[in-house]
Amino acid sequence: MMAQATVAARRSPRGAAGRGRLGAAVLLLLPFFVLFAAFYLAPVAYAVYQSFLKVEREGTFGAPREVFGGFDQYARVFQDDAFLASFGRVLLFGIVQVPVMLGLALLFALLLDSGRLRFKRFFRLVFFVPYAVPGVIAAIIWGFLYSPSLSPFGWLTERIEFMSGSVILWSLANVTTWMFTGYNMLILYAALKAVPPELYEAARMDGAGAVRVAWSVKIPLVRPALVLTGVFSIIGTLQLFTEPQVFRSLTSAITSTYTPNLVVFGTSNIPNFHLAAAFSVVLALTTFALSFGFLKISQRGVQA
Amino acid sequence: MSTRTAARAATRPSETGGLVRGLRGRAAGDALPFLVMAVFAVYMLAPLWWLLIAASKQRSDLNSTNPLWFADFELFGNIADVATHRDGMFLRWTLNSLLYAGVGALGATVFAGMAGYVLAKFRFRGRELLFNVVLGGVLVPATALALPLFLLFSNVGQTNSFWAVFLPSLVSPFGVYLSRVYAASGVPDELLEAARIDGSGELRTFFRVAAPIMAPALVTVYLFQFVHIWNNFFLPLIMLRSESLFPVTLGLYVWNSQATQQAAELRTFVIVGALLSVVPLIIAFLCLQRFWRSGLGTGGVK
Repeated sequence: MMAQATVAARRSPRGAAGRGRLGAAVLLLLPFFVLFAAFYLAPVAYAVYQSFLKVEREGTFGAPREVFGGFDQYARVFQDDAFLASFGRVLLFGIVQVPVMLGLALLFALLLDSGRLRFKRFFRLVFFVPYAVPGVIAAIIWGFLYSPSLSPFGWLTERIEFMSGSVILWSLANVTTWMFTGYNMLILYAALKAVPPELYEAARMDGAGAVRVAWSVKIPLVRPALVLTGVFSIIGTLQLFTEPQVFRSLTSAITSTYTPNLVVFGTSNIPNFHLAAAFSVVLALTTFALSFGFLKISQRGVQA
Repeated sequence: MSTRTAARAATRPSETGGLVRGLRGRAAGDALPFLVMAVFAVYMLAPLWWLLIAASKQRSDLNSTNPLWFADFELFGNIADVATHRDGMFLRWTLNSLLYAGVGALGATVFAGMAGYVLAKFRFRGRELLFNVVLGGVLVPATALALPLFLLFSNVGQTNSFWAVFLPSLVSPFGVYLSRVYAASGVPDELLEAARIDGSGELRTFFRVAAPIMAPALVTVYLFQFVHIWNNFFLPLIMLRSESLFPVTLGLYVWNSQATQQAAELRTFVIVGALLSVVPLIIAFLCLQRFWRSGLGTGGVK
């Protein structure tokens, strides 16, 4: 199929038809790539450029002007204890929340796939519904549920202060888990459905129980989907912003430097755009490094 | 014959015994998964159930009645109050969100579909390079772009404008990726050749021949981009100052912050507004669910 089209295209590369095809291809590509360059590539380049500038003044009261500052902003980034602490916080969050969420998602997907579950469609729909709730709204709802005066779970909110400094990180983790478990469940379930049943029929014939089949046949087969959900969860965790920003008006336990993106937001509000740009660049590079690192480690596991 | 019946009689008890034991085991095996799923279904639904109940109560009942059951049903009165508060600001926000998400996702889908189609069906130098750049874009988190976008828009004095939020949402690298994968495997080259031989121009061939075949992928791109824009918070928060430009998420965020600090009557508005803003998305997702179900159906019925 492909070869035919290629031959046809090559036959008249300089002819009128070839030129028409080229023109059409450019026309179809242009809208996306113009917008992509303007709103993806340009911002990234501009952030990097801004992060290498600094503001200088002539004397104390002189007019400020932007000059090249080399790695000055980056030096400040790595001396900023609050920024480094915010990284530690989201890493702790991710180490606990991501495995819990993906573990639950995998369990639910396996139960949906077990062929033994009644009301399968109902559960599939219900578990996915929280994903349709915007992060702001989810945080507002849970904010009410955590507040002792309004919560329907008074017996719980009396015993645990969900909005206090030591618990708030896990209260946030609960909101994220509520929102994204069903979404990840569906990705894993789709992967399970794509596995040909013959692959584990044999194991079942040999007398392996449902748990055994799930553990030694199904889970290894959906490993790529698990890695994918893992990468997206890591990216999401490092970008944590909406939920803590909403909670800030409800509790003083969330400081203006609680997560890396809150640091970026706070710094750009000062405004110190050069430093904020440097924070952004470091955050983006760390996100890349961690998600690629995770990919590499999980691939090495497969080869071994 | 007698030996046969005897043999049958001899095996029957153990057979039925096995059957009963099997049934009992199977019932236990079925009950546990159901129980686990039921418990978590309550966890998934309870917050939304609470939201519905709270939105249906008058303000004085909010603290004093059972939080998980109806008191005087005031939902429609509450909705009217939210809709008229401050000259219909909430409706304005909803309309803004529908514009940002509805129109933005439509544009993003058309552009992504066109680009994905060309990247799948045309051969030219630099094609793989272009595609890899787009793939890199998939991994760039949207929040990392918000601040530099603000700086760029502020250079042209357009930060506090409709376009500052709308234009960036027209770009969906994921959409290009999905469209390319789908077009490469789903749109036969013979069909395109036939259309060309019939004298159909390249643009016409895309819109009349290829796009209808790519419809399932395009619908998915549209729904995901719609949700992505509707849920977007960081970009409008950083860009917009005028309330009249806010999407509904940002508006409710501002009301919620004010409700806890000064004005307690805003609380009801936040609750009712939250319910109203969730409903269109759940409807959109019901469509997505049906769509995914058909997609899953091709993966084999079990």
